Amino acid sequence: MYSQGLIGADSQPVEDQAFLDAFQRRIDAEEKIEPNDPMPMAYRNTLVRMIGQHAHSEIVGMLPEGNWITRAPSLRRKVALLAKVQDEGGHGLYLYSAAETLGVSREQMTEELLSGEAKYSSIFNYPTPTWADIGTIGWLVDGAAIMNQVPLCRCSYGPYARAMIRVCKEESFHQRQGYELVKSLCEGSADQKAMAQDSLNRWWWPSLMMFGPPDTDSQHSDQSMKWKIKRFTNDELRQKFVDATVPQAELIGLSMPDPDLKWNEEKNNGQGGYDFGEIDWDEFWRVVNGHGMMNKDRIAARKKAWEEGAWVRDAAKAYAAKQKQRTAAA
Amino acid sequence: MSEHLLNTVLQIADDHLILGHRVSEWCGHAPMLEEDLSMPNMALDLIGQARSLYTYVAQLEGKGRTEDDFAYLRGDREYRNCLLVERNNEDFAHTVLRQLYFAAFMKPFWEAMHTCSDETLVNISHKAVKEIAYHVRHCGEWVIRLGDGTAISAERMHDAVLALHPYTAELFEIDNNRQQCINSGLFPDSQALQPAWTSTINQIFTQAKLAVPRDEYPQTGGRKGLHTEDFGILLSQLQYMQRAYPGASW
Repeated sequence: MYSQGLIGADSQPVEDQAFLDAFQRRIDAEEKIEPNDPMPMAYRNTLVRMIGQHAHSEIVGMLPEGNWITRAPSLRRKVALLAKVQDEGGHGLYLYSAAETLGVSREQMTEELLSGEAKYSSIFNYPTPTWADIGTIGWLVDGAAIMNQVPLCRCSYGPYARAMIRVCKEESFHQRQGYELVKSLCEGSADQKAMAQDSLNRWWWPSLMMFGPPDTDSQHSDQSMKWKIKRFTNDELRQKFVDATVPQAELIGLSMPDPDLKWNEEKNNGQGGYDFGEIDWDEFWRVVNGHGMMNKDRIAARKKAWEEGAWVRDAAKAYAAKQKQRTAAA
Repeated sequence: MSEHLLNTVLQIADDHLILGHRVSEWCGHAPMLEEDLSMPNMALDLIGQARSLYTYVAQLEGKGRTEDDFAYLRGDREYRNCLLVERNNEDFAHTVLRQLYFAAFMKPFWEAMHTCSDETLVNISHKAVKEIAYHVRHCGEWVIRLGDGTAISAERMHDAVLALHPYTAELFEIDNNRQQCINSGLFPDSQALQPAWTSTINQIFTQAKLAVPRDEYPQTGGRKGLHTEDFGILLSQLQYMQRAYPGASW
């Protein structure tokens, strides 16, 4: 429905060594790969998977925050939250369009999300029981997303790189907005501060998991680095995030739920950095594999919206067809 | 005079807040991604207008209350929104029709406000009219598509008209406060806006192949603070944080 002109329009080149070498030379020369350029099928598939997951994450990510729109405690916070959730939807739309340039339709991607075939960021399978979670998500989740996404502005695939420039600007605004929200809770009553600390306790470790499995276990990293789809490894980005975030928590009087967290002068080639405790990878894999608290609810909510909205989409198509007939008859 | 003005501005402030609340419930649950964006967009317009109006109400009252005090800390009998805007979303047909009914009234209302004598309201009207014109267009287009789409969508649209039309009469209701404002040239005469509203609705309904029902039993009460049962549930969500943490700032 959305990209019929593109689907199947790409003829796949023969992937002999000469072709792969020529492609790698373009990557090494920092040339951008554009939709109509020849590319190895594995490069195309990696990007479809990555951009699709990213788009799905934005869409599913609307749900945990959307949970608080009707209960936001002030009108100022309510409009900020509405605008933020709307931005996430906009990123989804933008990213689906970027994926469509690789020959996959939005409908197809949506079906993969609803069937459970396609993944989205596991962080959104955690619940948002309190208002503080709205601030913490902006601060930590959008903060971690920025760490991941800023390097993607230089990704070798042109449409994704360009989409990420705008997305990163907005995410950066969300991150500051989230931090400001948590900061104002910390400056409020004891109840408000406790709400902020409780929220940080719940989101800290899942945020660290957002960077993916450790480099030793990551399935996709090596080839993606070579193709300059990714620029840093999972562990490098995770370390950057910890180093940036710990001082922010200290500044507003919150403590990280990690007894092993401590400054280490030796880290980052002598520039210093934080050592941190062991991440519970069993929990990570449990949630990734569909058994987090909200996995089933998230997909159920998206399915409900999609299925209950089918008659609306059908009506729009039927009306368009009628109009076409009427124009032809006139 | 300021008492009459305050009470009348409060009516339209409440209309915008409550409708904005209802529309915002769609965010993340709409039939397509484009509507996941346009629903919060309309909610933002409406709540933005509510904020300007509550701020003005607080200023007229002069007792140091804020926009949030008015939005969050009144009992249900103190809200003065019309019943139309508090009706449940039900489905997409009800939602776009409710929005069209309201926006088709507010568009000529804000246009007429341009030549009224209250400077604050005139300023608000210039921004609001642009936003509400989009709501008429967007929701009008949907009413046409659903009314003239498939058999199922036509039936849903027809059901929505039957359910919501009785609530439209209240848009034109004039109580004593509003009458005083109209007499002093501060507010447009709601009754005089009826031909413009009827013409917009007729035009869209003709294209949507929908019939305009006759209002034999209009439903009113909101302007006097008498609301439907669903309204209390809405307030319990809206007010939850302010009630649970009295005096906290956010």
